[in-house]
Amino acid sequence: MLESNSRNNKKKARLAVDIGGTFTDVALELPGTATTFVTAKTPTTPRNPVEGAMQGVRLALEQSGISPAQVSSFIHGTTLATNALIEKKGATVGVIATQGFRDILEIAYERRYNQYDILLDKPDMLVPRERCLTVPERMLASGEVLEPLEESGIDELLAKFDALEVNSLAVGLLHSYANPAHEQRLAELISAKRPGWFVSLSSEVSPEAREYDRLCTTVANAYVQPLMATYLREFANALAEEGFDCPLYAITSGGGMTTFETAIRFPIRLVESGPSGGAVLAAKVAEQCGLECVVSFDMGGTTAKVCLIDDGLPQTSRHFEVARAERFLKGSGLPVRIPVIEMIGLDRLGRITVGPESAGSEPGPACFGRGGERATVTDADVTLGYIVPDAFAEGRLCVDVNAAEMAVSRDVGQPMQLEAKEAAQGVSQIVDENMASAGRVHAVECGKSLNARTMIAFGGNGPLHATRIAEKMGVSRIVIPPDPGVGSAIGFLAAPVSYELVRSHYTTLRNFDFVGVNGLLRRMSEDATKIVERGANGQRLNEVRTAFIRYKGQGHEIEVPLPARDLTENDLPQLVADHETAYRAQFHRSVPEMVIEVMSWSLTVSTEVQPVPPILRTTATETVTSHQLREVYFGSQGGRRQASVFFRKDLVPGNRVEGPALIVEAQTTALVAPDFEAEVDGGGNLFLLKTSA
Amino acid sequence: MKNAAQSIDHQVMWNRLLAVVEEQGQALIRTAFSPIVRECGDISAGIFDEQGRMLAQAVTGTPGHINTMAEAVKSLISIFPVKTMQSGDVYVTNDPWLASGHLNDFLLLQPVFLDNKVVGLTSCTSHLVDLGGQGMGPEGSDIFDEGLLVPPCKLVDRGEVNQLLLSLIKANSREPVANEGDLYALISCCEVGAVRLEEMMREFGISDLGPLTEAIIATSRKGAVAAITEVPNGVYENALTIDGYEFEIELKARMTVSDEEILLDFSGSSGCSKYGINVPLNYATAYSVFAVRCLVGPEVPNNAGSLEPFRVIAPEGCIVNAQRPAPVAMRHTIGQLMPDLVLGCLHQAMPEKVPAEGASCMYDLPMRNVPNLAPGATPFAIELAHNGGTGARPMKDGLSATAYPSGVWGSQVEVTENTVPVLIRRRELRPGSGGAGKYRGGLGQIIEVESSENQPFLLFLSLERMKHPAQGRDGGGAGAAGRVAFQSGKSLPGKGEAEIPGNERLCFETPGGGGMGHPFARDPQQVALDVRRGLVSPENARRQYGVVLSQAGIIDSEGTSVLRGSC
Repeated sequence: MLESNSRNNKKKARLAVDIGGTFTDVALELPGTATTFVTAKTPTTPRNPVEGAMQGVRLALEQSGISPAQVSSFIHGTTLATNALIEKKGATVGVIATQGFRDILEIAYERRYNQYDILLDKPDMLVPRERCLTVPERMLASGEVLEPLEESGIDELLAKFDALEVNSLAVGLLHSYANPAHEQRLAELISAKRPGWFVSLSSEVSPEAREYDRLCTTVANAYVQPLMATYLREFANALAEEGFDCPLYAITSGGGMTTFETAIRFPIRLVESGPSGGAVLAAKVAEQCGLECVVSFDMGGTTAKVCLIDDGLPQTSRHFEVARAERFLKGSGLPVRIPVIEMIGLDRLGRITVGPESAGSEPGPACFGRGGERATVTDADVTLGYIVPDAFAEGRLCVDVNAAEMAVSRDVGQPMQLEAKEAAQGVSQIVDENMASAGRVHAVECGKSLNARTMIAFGGNGPLHATRIAEKMGVSRIVIPPDPGVGSAIGFLAAPVSYELVRSHYTTLRNFDFVGVNGLLRRMSEDATKIVERGANGQRLNEVRTAFIRYKGQGHEIEVPLPARDLTENDLPQLVADHETAYRAQFHRSVPEMVIEVMSWSLTVSTEVQPVPPILRTTATETVTSHQLREVYFGSQGGRRQASVFFRKDLVPGNRVEGPALIVEAQTTALVAPDFEAEVDGGGNLFLLKTSA
Repeated sequence: MKNAAQSIDHQVMWNRLLAVVEEQGQALIRTAFSPIVRECGDISAGIFDEQGRMLAQAVTGTPGHINTMAEAVKSLISIFPVKTMQSGDVYVTNDPWLASGHLNDFLLLQPVFLDNKVVGLTSCTSHLVDLGGQGMGPEGSDIFDEGLLVPPCKLVDRGEVNQLLLSLIKANSREPVANEGDLYALISCCEVGAVRLEEMMREFGISDLGPLTEAIIATSRKGAVAAITEVPNGVYENALTIDGYEFEIELKARMTVSDEEILLDFSGSSGCSKYGINVPLNYATAYSVFAVRCLVGPEVPNNAGSLEPFRVIAPEGCIVNAQRPAPVAMRHTIGQLMPDLVLGCLHQAMPEKVPAEGASCMYDLPMRNVPNLAPGATPFAIELAHNGGTGARPMKDGLSATAYPSGVWGSQVEVTENTVPVLIRRRELRPGSGGAGKYRGGLGQIIEVESSENQPFLLFLSLERMKHPAQGRDGGGAGAAGRVAFQSGKSLPGKGEAEIPGNERLCFETPGGGGMGHPFARDPQQVALDVRRGLVSPENARRQYGVVLSQAGIIDSEGTSVLRGSC
């Protein structure tokens, strides 16, 4: 019995690696358990991220005594693709478009993103006009060929790309989502004539109508592909050399895993995979704790992410754009990102401004004494007393409280005639309001509300800001899971193998094209299943289908769920009703008797997620106290208070802590506001609860 | 320290209000049926205190509603006093002289209640597709020809939509269903704002907006005045000759900058046209103030305080202060040229900051099937909107095919072809159209359209800069003039209706922006890059810029200095 157990366990350890901008997080799930992790945090090695990752991997293996051969799967998330886009460090991409449409990228939507800024530059589309070339061909919206692809000029075209030193091509022909034949033929010709080149087809990367959006996504794919292909292959080699022989997965922005092989074809799907790990973690914690409606709040060193999760399902927001890089991410976005490392100051009107200026960890906040002088949000937190200096970042970083106070005082306090703590409190309020606003707007976008939700907070800064942001969102209960500092990596371990496809096919509900739609969905199902099966190891698969529906004449669609089977006449009344309900939830009023049309369809195939055993909320029986006190400032109403300082590792299930308190752990600190109390449940989750008093 | 806390609360609430109006704006754009609204963001949303003072306004696609909404709300509450309003009431009007310059723009106003008392107002404006009459075109001879005018009245009475009014609006429209949908979208937009404002007041425990209003207005006014102080005092004059319809039009502006105010006076401008290109003063004001504010205090949000120091006057009956019952349907044609007029004044005061003239007037291209549709042909109506180049900026080239001053979005070809029976055969930058200069004007674009069913169709034009292109500044050249023609050669005039034969292809060439500074001062490397990108021809590199290039595009320095030196 024992022997067979150990044999089973031999291959049961699972390993997750999350490479972020500053740190690489490793989480190892030990055999036989789903809740015990060995974690490691190592500095990211930007020049060769594999190096830092392997270091963390070895560290975690050593600590646990597990050998590489005992690891049954390896899951990887990285911000490398995102960074390549943001820092403009990708390939030299060439574009092939339909003749007459050379300038799709530059013309874009003909719009300036800031109405009042006369001096603005349009976003850099990564491919200048000299590298955008065209071929004679034309498809119709119906998918019929109007003009065949003219192949005779292809050699001359490729010679031009040679001269421009292009090595990755993005092909975006008009209406290729309706008929990809010309794009596919071009890919054949190119791979025969230039075997080493990367080719991204818009009909594969993002087969949706709207040529600019589709081409942007395709260009972004082509831009990061050579880099990501090399990187993922190197990583695979390094793992093999180390003795790993398990399947390798990459986390996609949709919160699923995909094989390295698929990731190399569509690296654009990896952009923003860090945040999605957090959403998966939050979904799992919600399930464990039996929470139906939660909002996850993941605040790290450079960005914060907000995501709504209902009944265990994270809300995807396909069109929400907040960050520069997300312009490329239509159809791939999961949580909302908000830049965090931000400089604070006053604008010409004397209003406090918090803006991303020289974002990044260098030179950083004034209190770190690494050359940063301007006040940052972290300086405000230090000034308020929220951060225990010697315990911060496991003592690796020295926190200079005076430097923080001076910076806050100089940049905000003196001009507003406020003392440092008052000024810091003001900054805090504005930051928390910005985050809460972003959360509210995200909620509107999803047609949901925030109040009555439980917040699940993690990331390096999440537990510190959670109580205050929760109050602004009208949230009165917060859960902080164990190991919140490496939340994304732990989330990866709970992600299913999955793949999402989105295709455009127009129909109205009145004259529903059953043959066309059912045929399309069946093909999508087959395609996605094939991709998922490669990594599924025979696990059972689930399929989720969605239609993007609008009233005829509108320009924006809303998502309506579909049954995972062929549609019949009998399904239409339900579709109409579901659309009305979703519409009313989002915009208060539906429009009577309007024709309804469908633009696009999405389909996700994923492995079934194992149900998580529920954790009993042990009622807290023992109120614990601490002798270590620290003065914390809670604004003009809250005043100066002595907060008890606890170390999270000392707290056990059933413990209760009254606010104000600081609960310190290796990579973060949880602030329990005066009107909150904290309880530890049976799974080691920290519950922060607003007290009724 | 109470004041400090209050001042921070005010800042937080101000941020909240700005977020709420943006949320309202997004809700309106997402639910709108009118293409110009959903693709171009031709909307506005604002929050007001109970006295009608504007606290926040959404920054959206078109500036045509800046301070028109602020004035409209004041007019409405003088007709319907706040104390007579009930919870769930919504008021409406599309009177061009009250709302936004033509009948298509509907303005709604809803009171916000907190504990049975009106504490504030929310308002929004959006463009409805069709109000009957002659439709969107300059052919009406007076406002009565242009369609249905809804005087200020109640659209929703204590939560009940006025069905009589709704059916009147539908019965007088070629697009009744879209109109109804858009009215519903406007109502939801008001409701969203009202709910959010009430939530905010409860959260911060305030029962009246008074102190917040005072803080926002005082801070903003101070910010705007501080920006005006940086503009040298003086009187600056400019004139602009534009194409017009039956006659060329002279637009005149006199800008007086004093310590605390900028006054714009359009005296001396031409009288009204007999066609619907006349502009009510509220709309001319919106575009004029917008342009000045782009350079003078752009970071101060629009509200009653920041707009107060900018005043606009014009004699009644001139083309930018058209009086009832003048036809005004296409008021944006000239309205969008107001920035070029007033920036010409501002350039004299701050030459290092003001851009050259641009294409400015959007190329709005309404097309529909002929009335006697052939059997089997698909009926359709569509309004494509595209832009030319913007003027060169100080230290930077102009932007190609980009909207300014409007924020109209160009339609995507695939969306157009999926919804109507037309084919777009080309949409590309128009080489050589940017005005030459040390900094080059933005390029226009070439758009070719034909019927996908070989059917004739109608086109309604009201375009500018076909005879009078965008001028450069400080030695910079003019951008190319706009052009509309059949592929077979025949050119069309910029204004009026035309029938396009089923076998013809229509070619639009949008205008380029003007250049800035002498072209010989342009970095030869930039000229070579423009040639390599196909934006400037090698001949023009030589002729306009004095840059000689080899066959391979390499700069011939000697040849270049000979050419440039000889000038």
